Amino acid sequence: MPKIIKLKNINKTYYNGAPLHVLKGIDIEINRGEFVSIMGSSGSGKSTLLNILGILDNYDTGEYYLNDVLIKNLSETRAAYFRNKLIGFVFQSFNLISFKNAMENVALPLYYQKTGRKTRNKTALEYLDKLGLKEWAYHMPNELSGGQKQRVAIARALISKPQIILADEPTGALDSKTSAEVLDVLKKVNETGMTMIIVTHESGVANQTNKIIRLKDGIIESVEDNSEHNFSSFGIQNIK
Amino acid sequence: MFDLDRWHEIFITISRNKLRSFLTAFGVFWGIFMLIVLIGGGNGLGNLISGQIEGITTNSCYIWNGRTSEAYKGFRKGRWWTISNRDIKIIKSNVKDIEEISPIIMPWSPTTDNAVRGEKKGTFSVQGTYPNFNKVYIHKIKFGRYLNDIDLQEHRKVCVIGSRVYETLFNRGEDPTGHDIRVDGIYYKVVGVGDGNEDMNISGDTRETITIPFTVMQKLYNYGENVDMFVIMAKPHVAVSELQEQTETILKANHDIAPYDKQAINSFNIEARFQQIGFLLLGVNILAWIVGFGTLFAGIIGVSNIMMVTVRERTQEIGIRRAIGAKPSSIMTQIMSESFAITAIAGFLGISFAVLILQMVDVGLDAGGNGTSVFQISFVTSVVAALIIIILGTLAGLGPAFRAMKIKPIEALSEE
Repeated sequence: MPKIIKLKNINKTYYNGAPLHVLKGIDIEINRGEFVSIMGSSGSGKSTLLNILGILDNYDTGEYYLNDVLIKNLSETRAAYFRNKLIGFVFQSFNLISFKNAMENVALPLYYQKTGRKTRNKTALEYLDKLGLKEWAYHMPNELSGGQKQRVAIARALISKPQIILADEPTGALDSKTSAEVLDVLKKVNETGMTMIIVTHESGVANQTNKIIRLKDGIIESVEDNSEHNFSSFGIQNIK
Repeated sequence: MFDLDRWHEIFITISRNKLRSFLTAFGVFWGIFMLIVLIGGGNGLGNLISGQIEGITTNSCYIWNGRTSEAYKGFRKGRWWTISNRDIKIIKSNVKDIEEISPIIMPWSPTTDNAVRGEKKGTFSVQGTYPNFNKVYIHKIKFGRYLNDIDLQEHRKVCVIGSRVYETLFNRGEDPTGHDIRVDGIYYKVVGVGDGNEDMNISGDTRETITIPFTVMQKLYNYGENVDMFVIMAKPHVAVSELQEQTETILKANHDIAPYDKQAINSFNIEARFQQIGFLLLGVNILAWIVGFGTLFAGIIGVSNIMMVTVRERTQEIGIRRAIGAKPSSIMTQIMSESFAITAIAGFLGISFAVLILQMVDVGLDAGGNGTSVFQISFVTSVVAALIIIILGTLAGLGPAFRAMKIKPIEALSEE
């Protein structure tokens, strides 16, 4: 299987006051088309790891290959280019631009690829249609429900045909019913062959994925295969 | 590279907060408006004044007698003295940098209806000068000629009349040259008419003056050897103030006036007066620029300030844009373009409005006559103003743009 993500001994220290060694030698390999979740309590370094995976942050030592390209010490411009081309983001708080309607939000990554306006909006409508939001294309984000917003965000992540989707607590701001819907969407996207990485602390969400990477205090505690979706150990269900 | 999408973005962001954008833009609008109007006002004042002093040679000085204020050589103070022909000759031969010197006789207040031609009559002042007075105070001549040396030598009874005199004594369009008019009981032949637009009064309003040869005047008005006043004009590149000092020294020596007497000799130094006017105009213009630029600058700082606030408010949005692939340069161009757009639109409106107002003032006052512009700024000035606006608008966006560029997506996204 081709590896889309290779992390070799990634270290990251924050120097805000006392030095904080957040990531202490992370090694991860993720295959193309995998559906992976990264779990860990707050402070485990999972957000930092996601930022590094998403080229939103730098790491100190180690190597990160994305799609066989070494991602290290990139200029802001280069990083922006890779983010635009290779990565689709889905955030907990949706992060839609409030004064743009759903279609324009979805089309935004294409704007930065210098795609013409008409093509951009046409493509955006297609993606919204795929996610069942065609009627909502001209609505502003504040007119949409949480689930709808997240689906718009997913459409935006998909429109640039990235190599990976990084989802940071994608269901964190949603109720359980909509959470299930959104997860369903993400699963379907994965089934089309898209590599999907979800950061979460909800075991219910993690259980939907095929591989669970457990992070604790900046090191990888375990990597579990979850293709049977019978994950329960250390999960909330187990405590009951 | 006109990018319609970018301008669409800019329009949306500007119109998002209409009131704030409007108020910010108004600062710039008012600034450039004030600048242009003040410059126009300063120019207009200068043009009006230079229109009034047209024809007056600046390096000249009028000198006339007064009363002594100091006792000297046995003479009591408060004594009257009189300039004579002899003084003029001595001054002319001793002060070598004098280009022209002309004695003037100018009786105070003419008698009523002293100038008569047939049925028409009017009250006008009479003055006697040398022909070279025309070099000191250049009269435009509409008909005929000015006085000449032969008039002077042969004591010809000829005169040059001002435009008002012509209008009163002659029919419109009539050629007055060769016609006689009677002034104070004596007939003179009109040889020329001044086209006086001159408004400045030095030796009376030239439009209402009848000028006759000095020698004729001295004889017919029983002046003997006496002279009312004289004017000296300096050679080019010589300050008339120096000549004035030399001249006054000679006069004081001739008339037994104390060298330290400051009141015995009256003078009117056009050069000094012109310098004052020049300084005044310079002051007005400097003030116009300072106030105008200050206002404009305040407006521009307002734009910069608001852009800073905008960047701060839009931190999250900028973070999102950066996360999904906006390059730092594109964020920077976006912010700078917004600042530029606000400044440029407001600035160009301000320039246009100021030009409109100045044009209205020009048309309304018709100060220049025949529709010539007095207050309106030149095309070059307006182009410079537009360039200033463009440069300042871009600079105003620079700081906020750099701040926007420094926004890191993770920080922006973690800010809820």
